[in-house]
Amino acid sequence: MYSEKVLDHFKNPRNVGELEDADAEGTVGNPVCGDMMTMYIKVKDDRIEDVKFKTFGCGAAIATSSMTTELAKGKTLDEALEISRKDVADALDGLPLVKMHCSNLAADALHEAINSYKEKNAEK
Amino acid sequence: MSIRVYMDHGAGRPVDPRVLEAMKPYFTEHVGNPASFHSEGFKALEALKEARSSVAELINADPSEIVFTSGATESNNLALLGGALRNRKKGSKVVRSAVEHISVINICKELSRMGFEVAECPVDEAGVLDLKELEKHVDDDTVLVTVMAANGEIGTLQPIREAAELAHSRGTLFHTDATAAAGQVPLDVKELGVDLMTLSSNDVYGPKGVGALYVKKGVRVKPHMIGGGQENGIRSGTENVPGIVGMGEAARLAKAEMEAESTRLAALRDRLIEGVLAANPESYLNGHPTERLPNNANIRFSYIEGEALILSLDDLGIQLSTGSACAAKTLEPSHTLLACGLKHEEAHGSLVFTLGKNNNRNQVEYVIQELPGVVERLRAMSPLTPEELR
Repeated sequence: MYSEKVLDHFKNPRNVGELEDADAEGTVGNPVCGDMMTMYIKVKDDRIEDVKFKTFGCGAAIATSSMTTELAKGKTLDEALEISRKDVADALDGLPLVKMHCSNLAADALHEAINSYKEKNAEK
Repeated sequence: MSIRVYMDHGAGRPVDPRVLEAMKPYFTEHVGNPASFHSEGFKALEALKEARSSVAELINADPSEIVFTSGATESNNLALLGGALRNRKKGSKVVRSAVEHISVINICKELSRMGFEVAECPVDEAGVLDLKELEKHVDDDTVLVTVMAANGEIGTLQPIREAAELAHSRGTLFHTDATAAAGQVPLDVKELGVDLMTLSSNDVYGPKGVGALYVKKGVRVKPHMIGGGQENGIRSGTENVPGIVGMGEAARLAKAEMEAESTRLAALRDRLIEGVLAANPESYLNGHPTERLPNNANIRFSYIEGEALILSLDDLGIQLSTGSACAAKTLEPSHTLLACGLKHEEAHGSLVFTLGKNNNRNQVEYVIQELPGVVERLRAMSPLTPEELR
């Protein structure tokens, strides 16, 4: 079963929704697997000024999304790229083994968003 | 929160208080072994006999045709492994429906590892067995056909009599897993013409850990529990007397009360289905609109995932199951819903309501009232759009 922290983030997710003026976004997973998430980031001076998510999936998928936004907010892009799936799971006091893979994609979605931002800005 | 609306009777049921009372003396007072030659032994033997008669009566069998087991999974093992192995000379093929319980599916996998060919017979979009397909699959090499009487997840009732007749026309044994059907719809082994039938105690409000297998007179299965030769040598081991007494009493009550209770539950079920579908846009009924268990409703909600739904509902005191097995040991969506032709992403967002004795109209209304808020909250969080589900 889930830890208290997972349940808290599932019931009261932080930073849920879309960012209207997002600088970049990243989506991973797909509805076929039962988990899909999108991360939106707003960047200022190379830092993640704001981050939001939308997630389709189980309790763990929603909780890891929420935790990832908390870990990422205020970090530099390079620091945020260091956030691993394990960091997210640890910050939630762990996840059931079966949920470690498919439902723990939020860090990947964040990396996608950051890489997409970097690509866009490299073109400029 | 004081509200508790338990609608997960397919997963676990309370023991009827009358059943518990009937069991009590067999834990501390009447402790004899049915095989013993003294008055306490005779008392236990008598209790077994009475329980066997009650279980037999529920399905119109002869008491000598009832074998007590540790539950539906063991009964399925005894029927399928035991039935196929004992009759191996006849052939090496087993046919099952696509929507069987996971225990039947995994036993069939074991049979295929043992060299049997296992064929899966498809169902239509309501989950009803395709008899024409069954006819194609059952051949002279087929030893055993297994089709559940009713599906516990989507509630769909199967044409058991027709399927059994078809199996018999090829000289093949027919087994039905009646775990979900027993106590809810009438079951008559003679009328249905089945050779083997699985029953579970808890599913008729008896204790967990007890079940039975109906083995028609003359039908042979290979025992898998070797020991002192109890249960006619088919299932050795000192009988679980209190548990069996409980199952007997539960079967007796089920027989007496089924008609009234099923009528009551079907009305609650229909109100639940109608209310939930009306209150939630893009929600759909899974399974058959009418040919379904009186206590079962299975509804899917687009754009959201089942586990997130049940976790949220649990906070409101509502306990349900998900059609998606995400909360279970695998992350695969329900094989039953996939067999009905649903896409993976559709199958993930289903809720299973299984009603029982303690549910009432107020509880149904509470669920209808609370569900939309939960569905909307999760949908607002979901990145899925109608295009992605197309």
